[in-house]
Amino acid sequence: MDSVGSYIIYGIVALSIVVFSVLTVTTRRILRSATYLLFTLFATAGLYFLLDYEFLGAVQIAVYAGGIVVLFVFSILLTSRPGDKSEKLASRRRMLGGVAALATLAVVGFAIFAHFSSCQLAPAVEQAASVDMTSIGHFLLGTEKFQYLLPFEAISVLLLACIIGGVVVARRR
Amino acid sequence: MELEILKYLIPALIMFCCGVYGFITRKNMIAILISLELMLNAVDINFVVFNRFLFPGQLEGMFFTLFAIALAAAETALAIAIIVNLFRAVKNVDVRNVNKMKF
Repeated sequence: MDSVGSYIIYGIVALSIVVFSVLTVTTRRILRSATYLLFTLFATAGLYFLLDYEFLGAVQIAVYAGGIVVLFVFSILLTSRPGDKSEKLASRRRMLGGVAALATLAVVGFAIFAHFSSCQLAPAVEQAASVDMTSIGHFLLGTEKFQYLLPFEAISVLLLACIIGGVVVARRR
Repeated sequence: MELEILKYLIPALIMFCCGVYGFITRKNMIAILISLELMLNAVDINFVVFNRFLFPGQLEGMFFTLFAIALAAAETALAIAIIVNLFRAVKNVDVRNVNKMKF
């Protein structure tokens, strides 16, 4: 993070994260909400790319943008007519949500600022672990310390259970 | 003052707060699920950022995020299956109309 270009890209990514996540929860049309969520997830993938986790950014785009948002759009179109809006919020409920969100913002923001303004991080260690595909494959399919074969298998069983569960729950009786 | 790490944590924090706001104010169940997705995503960003800035020699945060993304996909698929099933029974997806366990 040194050149002007990367600052500009960071600015675009951070601004789109903030703007689109606010729009996601404030727009009254549910389909637009899903679209703004898609943009937020893309911006998150951009953040991963900025942090040099290319594989994670690719997974974010493939799974979230390719899978989850499509699922959202399908279910929105199944359960509501396009173009109908949610009704206006009661001001009490909106105030409750705003208070909860602002309280979270205040508490966590204070914690972050208090911590990171006092403590210095270790000077940037440049020997970052390589995150090329070969090492990721070794990390995922190894059984030694810091290797993840067991969670990998557990996730695959979980996905199988999820497929069966989804079919059983949503099928027409 | 560690500006470099705050630069990444603050957008994630704002995203999380938006998720909290939406989770409380929304009535449509799919919109609630979308807010949940926002919160999950913000937490994922935090794992990756802490991995990059605090332990750059290791990959624990990255793999945790990888597995969290897979879990999020599974959770969303099941929740949407439940919502579609509920839609058949109640004819809309408003949380106020789903106050009985039996139908």
